[in-house]
Formats: sequence, structure tokens, C-alpha cells
Amino acid sequence: MIDLIQTYWKSYLWSDGFNLTGLAMTLWLLVLSCALGFLLSIPLAIARNSRNPWLWRPVWLFTFVFRGTPLFVQLLMIYSGLAGIHGIRHSPLLWSFFRSGFHCVIVAFVLNTCAYTTEIFAGAIKATPFGEIEAGQAIGMSRATLYRRVILPSSLRRALPAYSNEVIFMLHSTSVAFTATVPDLLKVAVDVNAATFMTFQAYGIAAVIYLGVTFALVALFRRAEHRWLAYLQPQTVLASPRPKELPC
Amino acid sequence: MTFSLEGYGQLILAGTWVTLKIALLSMVVAFGIGLAGAVAKLSANPVLAWGAGLYTTLIRGIPALVLMLLLYFSVQMGLNRVTEHFGLHQLDIEPVSAAILVLGFIYGAYFIETFRGAYLAVPRGQMEAALAMGMPWLRAFRRIQFPQMMRFALPGVANNWLVLVKTAGLVSLLGVNDMVKAARQAGSATMRQFFFYGVVAVIFLAITSLSQILLQVLERRFAIGVREARL
Repeated sequence: MIDLIQTYWKSYLWSDGFNLTGLAMTLWLLVLSCALGFLLSIPLAIARNSRNPWLWRPVWLFTFVFRGTPLFVQLLMIYSGLAGIHGIRHSPLLWSFFRSGFHCVIVAFVLNTCAYTTEIFAGAIKATPFGEIEAGQAIGMSRATLYRRVILPSSLRRALPAYSNEVIFMLHSTSVAFTATVPDLLKVAVDVNAATFMTFQAYGIAAVIYLGVTFALVALFRRAEHRWLAYLQPQTVLASPRPKELPC
Repeated sequence: MTFSLEGYGQLILAGTWVTLKIALLSMVVAFGIGLAGAVAKLSANPVLAWGAGLYTTLIRGIPALVLMLLLYFSVQMGLNRVTEHFGLHQLDIEPVSAAILVLGFIYGAYFIETFRGAYLAVPRGQMEAALAMGMPWLRAFRRIQFPQMMRFALPGVANNWLVLVKTAGLVSLLGVNDMVKAARQAGSATMRQFFFYGVVAVIFLAITSLSQILLQVLERRFAIGVREARL
């Protein structure tokens, strides 16, 4: 066990000497896919709530398909599937992009997390109290200003608890990246297992690191909620003598 | 692009059956662990409560795929070591039942949390009244607590089931001949991977959509006798 850690700790954490590996790769995958997914999901969430069927129907279909199928199958379709399609194999630009396992993983992850995030944000936008919207309209805000100043700030805050779940879910999902030869934390564990046959230890170290990242994310989001959702917290009553009888 | 399965329909159908079997049976395992674990987590016995708490925290903090590989392969390695020590033949765990147990064990932790919340949502007096009437605890749980808590648990159960079905798509990584593996074989033989993985995606989509419809029916059934205010 000690030998295993001494030999492989660097690969587990950030580098095997040539590439970004292990924890660093997992975090890079997580940050990149969550950031891109977040940016894409905001316009999609707005379109999802549109009254125009040409806008909301395609978005509904997109989230339905990507939330209804496993990420692993989506990744296989992109990583192994696209390579077999003539038009992509023989287009230099597309092929140079999709030849890399890392690119395929990022495309699959972004599409997947974007679908979940879109539904989370669309739900939050839909739940905006009508008073906030009417107040904005009453002082003559344009639709874009209304979204920018009123609806998005308020609904993104309210979506924070659900969004934090999605980010942790995404952290756990990044482990399928190893099937596309991306050297993430699980790939290091698989390789260490193959090299040492110390199965429990090899996977156990990865599991402990994942657990640590999960706890760190939970703590981080708890602080974020404390800061941005402070106005939704139940009021805390300062210590005061309890009244003997309630006036009724 | 043609839409012919080129004779691989049978293989994919057999794989679909394996995937469904694994998902359904591991759901049963997880459901049982969830009920027992929720009661343990809420019990006055500190060892039980603490053990169940540790189990849910650990399992839910680690990716399901990592746990699947960890449990599946280390149990096999451990078993090999034992049989080798006693000079017996190697006992190979049958992949399908191993996958069912591993998935059930992982999702049991998620079900514990769902059922714990549902248990607490039922007024305490219900169980107390049943016990006061002299019902044994198990019968009181089965007749009084369980039907009432299922109404609160169903949305969570539905969610867990959908995640579980999609995770069951990973069992080919444990060497199970499920539909993803069937699609891989068909795809690499015909060089039409995109098409065959697409077929699998459509089957998954059908399973998840059907379950959503079914769960809505169930939700209505367990809400019988509950009055709702119409807005």
C-alpha cells in the first residue's frame, strides 16, 4: 500500500511526467464542461420558457433526449460512432477535432450537463414571482433588461441548491472519461490496478480522492448558498426571553 | 445510411433483456436496503444509526462507476485469494448477479435517504396508534407506515430509478453482455458504430419514458384518499 502510494501519488494527483492526469484532469474536465454547459444553458433555458413553439419544442427535445439516455452511450456515440461516419472521417477539420478522446469527452459532457442545467434553470425562471416581473414591466424595462436585471439574477440564485447537485453529479460522471482514454482519476486507478494487481488499493485511493472532492464541493456550495441566498434563509431570532403567554 | 440491423437485432434484444433484468433486480435489492437502512438510520440505537449514516455518506460521495469497479473486482480478487489459500478451484462470480448486487448496494444508499425523508413526513401518531393497539412492529410498519410513506417517497424513488437505469448502462465495463456490449459487437463488425449505439440510445429513451408514465400512474394510486386543494 505504502509502496503503491510512493510510486503513483503524482499520477493520482496531477501528472505522470508527460500529461495532466488524475485529480487535475478530473477537475479540468469538471470545470470546463460545467462552465461551457452553464453558458449554453442560459439562452436555452430562456428559449425553453418561450411561448413560441419553434423555440421551446427543439429545446424540450434536446433535454428529453440527453436526460433520457446514459452519458456513457452518448460518449460512445460521439467517440466511437462519429469516427465511423464517412463525412466526418474525410473532413480534415472535423476529423482533427473528433480524433482526440479529450475533445469527444468534452463535447459529450457539455451537451449532457447542459441538458440537465437547462431544465434546472428553466424551472427556476418559470418560478419567478410574478410581482418581480410585473414590477419590471411597470417601470418600462425592455425584455432583455428585464431578464438581465430581474429574472436571471433572482432565478439563478434560487436554482443554486439544484445546480450544486448537478455539479456533484457531473463530478461523478467525469469518471466515464476513462473509456475514451482520457487520463482522469479513474484511468490512473485502472492503470495502477493493471500494473500492480492491487485492486482494492488502486481503486480505493481514487475513491477516497473523489470523496474528498465531493465534500469540498458540498462545502463550497454551502458557502455560496449562505452568501447568495441569505435573503431566503428563515429569520433567526436573537436570544430573547421567551414570552410566558402568547397573546391571542 | 440504411436502417437495417443486419441480423444483429436478436443480439441487441437479448442485451436489452439483460440490462432490464439487472436494472429491475438491483432496484429490488436497493429498495430493500433502503427501507431497512432508513429504519436503522432513524433508530434510537446509536450503532445502527451511525453505521447507516456512514454507509450513505461514503457511498453517495463516490462515483457509482468507481464503486462498481472497486467492489466487483476486489471481491473477485479476495475470493481468489481465499480459494487459492485452501487449494480449491477458482470460483468465478457470475457477472450478471454480481452486477445486480453491486448496483443494488450502491443505490441502496440513495434509497435510504429517500425513505428516511418519507418516513419522517408521516405523522408520528400513526405508528404510535398502531403500536398502542397491540400490532407487532412489523405489521404496523407494513399496514400503517409503509403505504403512507410511499406517497412521499415516490418522486424520489422515480428519480433514483431513472438514475439507476442509466447507470445500468455501464455494466458492460464489468464484462456483462448487456445491450451496450451487443451494440459494440454489432458496430465493430459492420463499421456502423454510430447507428448501433443510436439504437441503444433509443431503447434507453423508451425505457426511461415508459417508466416516467408508469410512475405517474403509481403516484396517482398512492395519493388515493388524499385531498388536494384546487387552485
